[in-house]
Amino acid sequence: MSTLLEVSGVSVSFDGFRAINNLSFQIGDAELRAVIGPNGAGKTTFMDIVTGKTKPDEGHIIWGSMSRSLIGMSEAKIARAGIGRKFQKPTVFEEQTVQENLLMALRKDRGPLAVLFFKPSKPDLERVAELAEEIGLTDALMRVSGELSHGQKQWLEIGMLLAQEPRLLLVDEPAAGMTPAEREKTTAILVEAAKTRAVVVVEHDMEFVRRLNCKVTVLHEGAVLAEGTLDHVTKNQDVIDVYLGR
Amino acid sequence: MKFMFLAMLAALFMTSFASAQATSVQEVLQSQRELIEKSSRRTIGPAIDAISESGLPQMQTVLEAWQSKNMWQRKEDGLFFLGAKNEDGTYALSDFEDGAAVGDFEKKALKQLKPNSGIRAMIATALVQFQLSDPDPRKRAEALSSISRDPEAALLAPLRASIDGEKHTVIKARKVRLERLMTMAYDENITARVAAIDEMAGDLGVDFRATLNPILTTTAVFSEADETPDANIARELIPGDEALSRVAAYDRLVAAELAPTLITKDMRDAALEANIDGGRVGSWPVAQLSTEGARDEAYDALVAEGLADPRVTEDDVSESLAAYRFYEAYTEPSVDVTTAAKAALAKSEARVAVSQAADLGLDALSLASIYFLAAIGLAITFGVMGVINMAHGEFIMMGAYTGYVVQLFIPNHTASILVAVPLAFAVTFAAGVLLERLVIRWLYHRPLETLLATFGVSIALQQLAKNIFGTQARPLTAPSWLDGAWMINDVVSISYIRIAIFILALIFLALFLFIMKRTRLGLETRAVTQNPRMAASMGINPDRVNMLTFGLGSGIAGIAGVAIGLFAKVTSEMGGDYIVQSFMTVVVGGVGNIWGTLAGAAMIGGFQKGVEWLNPSNTLAAQTYMIIFIIIFIQFRPRGIIALKGRAAGD
Amino acid sequence: MERSFIARNPSVLVFLAILALFTLVVTVFAEGFGVGLISTSFVKTLGKTLCLCLIAVAMDLIWGYAGILSLGHFAFFGLGGYMVGMWLMYERTKQIVESSLSEGILPPTPEEIEAAIGNQIFGVVGSNEFPVIWAFADSFVLQMAFVVLVPGLLALVFGWLAFRSRVTGVYLSILTQAMTLGLSLYLFQNASGLRGNNGLSGLQNLPGVTAPQSVVSLWFFWASALALGVGYLLVAWVVSGKFGSVIRGIRDNEARVRFLGYSVESYKLAVFTLTACIAGIAGALYYPQAGIINPAEVAPIASIYLAVWVAIGGRGRLYGAVIGTAFVSLVSSWFTGGQAPNVNLGFYTIKWVDWWLILLGLSFVLVTLYAPKGMGGLVDLITRKKGSDI
Repeated sequence: MSTLLEVSGVSVSFDGFRAINNLSFQIGDAELRAVIGPNGAGKTTFMDIVTGKTKPDEGHIIWGSMSRSLIGMSEAKIARAGIGRKFQKPTVFEEQTVQENLLMALRKDRGPLAVLFFKPSKPDLERVAELAEEIGLTDALMRVSGELSHGQKQWLEIGMLLAQEPRLLLVDEPAAGMTPAEREKTTAILVEAAKTRAVVVVEHDMEFVRRLNCKVTVLHEGAVLAEGTLDHVTKNQDVIDVYLGR
Repeated sequence: MKFMFLAMLAALFMTSFASAQATSVQEVLQSQRELIEKSSRRTIGPAIDAISESGLPQMQTVLEAWQSKNMWQRKEDGLFFLGAKNEDGTYALSDFEDGAAVGDFEKKALKQLKPNSGIRAMIATALVQFQLSDPDPRKRAEALSSISRDPEAALLAPLRASIDGEKHTVIKARKVRLERLMTMAYDENITARVAAIDEMAGDLGVDFRATLNPILTTTAVFSEADETPDANIARELIPGDEALSRVAAYDRLVAAELAPTLITKDMRDAALEANIDGGRVGSWPVAQLSTEGARDEAYDALVAEGLADPRVTEDDVSESLAAYRFYEAYTEPSVDVTTAAKAALAKSEARVAVSQAADLGLDALSLASIYFLAAIGLAITFGVMGVINMAHGEFIMMGAYTGYVVQLFIPNHTASILVAVPLAFAVTFAAGVLLERLVIRWLYHRPLETLLATFGVSIALQQLAKNIFGTQARPLTAPSWLDGAWMINDVVSISYIRIAIFILALIFLALFLFIMKRTRLGLETRAVTQNPRMAASMGINPDRVNMLTFGLGSGIAGIAGVAIGLFAKVTSEMGGDYIVQSFMTVVVGGVGNIWGTLAGAAMIGGFQKGVEWLNPSNTLAAQTYMIIFIIIFIQFRPRGIIALKGRAAGD
Repeated sequence: MERSFIARNPSVLVFLAILALFTLVVTVFAEGFGVGLISTSFVKTLGKTLCLCLIAVAMDLIWGYAGILSLGHFAFFGLGGYMVGMWLMYERTKQIVESSLSEGILPPTPEEIEAAIGNQIFGVVGSNEFPVIWAFADSFVLQMAFVVLVPGLLALVFGWLAFRSRVTGVYLSILTQAMTLGLSLYLFQNASGLRGNNGLSGLQNLPGVTAPQSVVSLWFFWASALALGVGYLLVAWVVSGKFGSVIRGIRDNEARVRFLGYSVESYKLAVFTLTACIAGIAGALYYPQAGIINPAEVAPIASIYLAVWVAIGGRGRLYGAVIGTAFVSLVSSWFTGGQAPNVNLGFYTIKWVDWWLILLGLSFVLVTLYAPKGMGGLVDLITRKKGSDI
């Protein structure tokens, strides 16, 4: 298994507060990984750094087989390089239809001119229908996405991520606010997705993580505290201290 | 009136001095009778000298009467008297000697002496020595002012003579200074002039520089190439340089009739027009003369026929110019004096430049205080609450009009300002609360819509003010103790009103810090800003806090309006003059930080004054450049000078 | 492509039909065609209103669809006017100068004509030399190209600087306002080369045209109607496809679009520049009908009114922008022109000239508060359609 993303020695601080402290992290192709940690452990900041939203003060981020550095690249460029990100709150374009949302996310030339003259071809529409089926929104294709339920919006967003055909998916708390049935389905979608690409899931909910059944990285105070299977890390004394308080 | 006063003075003199004098006034006058009667500027000099040098104190009255055409000659015996017109048309004469009345005379028995303006000027010069020793210090000061306005060589001696007797220290200092300045310009002794110049070198006074400048005035001279002109040469000029164009140099030669006149286009065209014959000029049809080239050729044809003067070619010009050398020469003949003057002026100008920089700094500081004052209310509503209020400028205007209305009822300016400041705060506070309750609170978290709605309010308020107060500017007069300026030296000065505004800005800064850091309202405001729901759950009423904070910001705008109204005109549009700058101040400084606002105001004020200094004739350009500068500045510090980072900055 | 686009957006067709009908009616009843029910000055007012509608369509694209509240688009409008004004004024002055110089004994040389034109145009600002920016004033083709290029270039440079430093929301609004303020202050200087506060005048006269104003006004009216029709169609097409999806996405959630891999800055810049070009064309048609342009035209308040019109009409739908602009600007000229009857309350007489702006300001506040969809919202009530498309 080759390394897809390698983060090494990354630190960032806001007004003196060190949000990420000498963090190192690796993930390979087609791997599912859960990142857990208490509040303020730096999970969201970690995602911000990888996706280019926050510039690290020091450290390296190496991407792909070409070993490109992601530091200094714009968010859009990183996204085009193959990293997709899902936000904590479902963020879809609520005034547009599910189809429009998916079409926009489809892996295509993203330059303004190409987009201006873009006309969806048959394969494009088929791909959209395929994705809609994957996320269970076939019937809702022509509905304005603002009318969807909370869970449906989450799935739509995951669908948009899949439409991007990223090689790495960063998913921030996908199960928050879902019914048990919806969680089940979300788990299935993510596990399925991880077969062809790397998926990093940031999650609070231990039960959900257990269901993902994958390697777990525990973050604390901006650094990796422990790594391994869920059972392994839950037995780690440091992890227990952090979660239960000293 | 003035005459009466002088007559009394003369009487006063008479009692103290007259008896001691050997000759009488009339004797002196009669000795010069012929010249006085002739009244010609060319010949009158000795007569005036005789009068002024007689040493008689009454002569001041005589000269003044003569100058003001109040001296009359009695035809029957040719004696001179002071005359005043009576109501019945006759003239009451009085003796110059003791002021005693001589009697009333018909006009035809008398002859009025009417000196022309040239003679009056000479009399005035002669009078100076009397005025410089006049017992009334005001008159002495006046005489000094008139000399410095219009100095001339002849006044130097009387001025010097009057210095020793001067008791009044201020006037004495002025006399000494003026004596030095006039020595530089008029003393016959070169050494004395150089000494005087060296002594004052580096002085900042405008009068000093004004004295030196004429010494250093130059005229253009030229000589044949192998000679040196007999003049105090300042520098040589090469034709074609910036200081002397080839055309200008050639024109000098032409003026001295040393070279043929250039044939200008007008002259060429005139010659062509004069030689039109049957629709042709020579062989050229007139209709074809529609290019410069054709006209030139047609003219050359005329020259060939001897019908026009030959053209001076560029080569001719070069040849003529090469035969001569051109100089700038000082009108002042003494090299020593001009060298000293040049050095002294350079020294002064260097010091003036330093002072001007200081003055500019003060100007920038006061402009920054104004921007800060205008922006601080905004720093609260926009910076702390994140609410953009485009009617902020109209709150400033409202404050200024409040001040104006208060002055209508309270004529005492000091009292009216003391009333106006709290009243303006109250009025705009109320307006702010009203605006927040009616409009803004429905639009929290929709900043663009807040911007637009408050724009509507701004338009309406502006027009309302126009309807009530009219379009012309209304005065808001500062109390008299704020008039005038603090003169640090001849160059650096700052008006008291600007100092007051600077102090006001400091007070507001302190007030803001106090409210935000030390009061309950400040604490609650900060809590609501950071997390409204959490604040609400802790028993803070966010509605109330928002309302009060907004009112506070608006109230401060009102006070700023009173301050701004004191030096700028109060019009319904004054708010618009400050709103963009205020927003720029807040944005450049960094939103949500009062020190940032301060830094932003300082930077914008400083930059604007700096540009105005580089291009003083154009304050509009300064604002354009400032805006370009801000746009570029934002490239480097998108979040302002003092930026919040990380999660606190929000997204 | 085109057919399906029209078919998907019937409102575009309706709009174009109404515009064509309106143009026909005005033409038939105008003085220029003999019926004379509509005065020449009113034809000009209508023509100018069409130009304002065009810039409003551009404003709707940038604000209603892309979510960028520009408070500086009148700068581009004014620049377009200045560009066309330079050519008109130069050619017109050239005609006058040539005819007066031809009365001299010698036929005038090109240099003399040039000098006389310079004197005629710039005498008012104490100069007689042509500034560099007038170098191409004699070329119709180039000046017409500048109508698009100059505003476009300004928008490109300004937008590039602003967007790349991620200035958004109200900050961007204020920055655009500063831009137009800066431009207006710059133009106010005599040294700007555009006659300072005198501006350019006499623009209603077309050089070489002897037709009366009643006819010329119709030509401009037609040109304005055509420009509005084409502009409307263009903008409607731009927002109907995937490009429209992306810019609406930027409006609703900029970060999400960015993480989808779109270079948000390029899109904003493209829209900003495109709308600036449209604004330039609208201005180039407006000012010959107004007859004069001066720096006050690009003062910040003008662009604010533009936002007001679009908001009252209903942003995010193109016909809303047109309706709002036509309605407010016509009503505004009715009120401020002194045609509205004064209301006598016995103790006070409401003069609409004085009170109209207050009414406008307050109704704008009310629209923002209670009818964010503006007058376009009324159309929704009638057609019962959820109004998010064109």
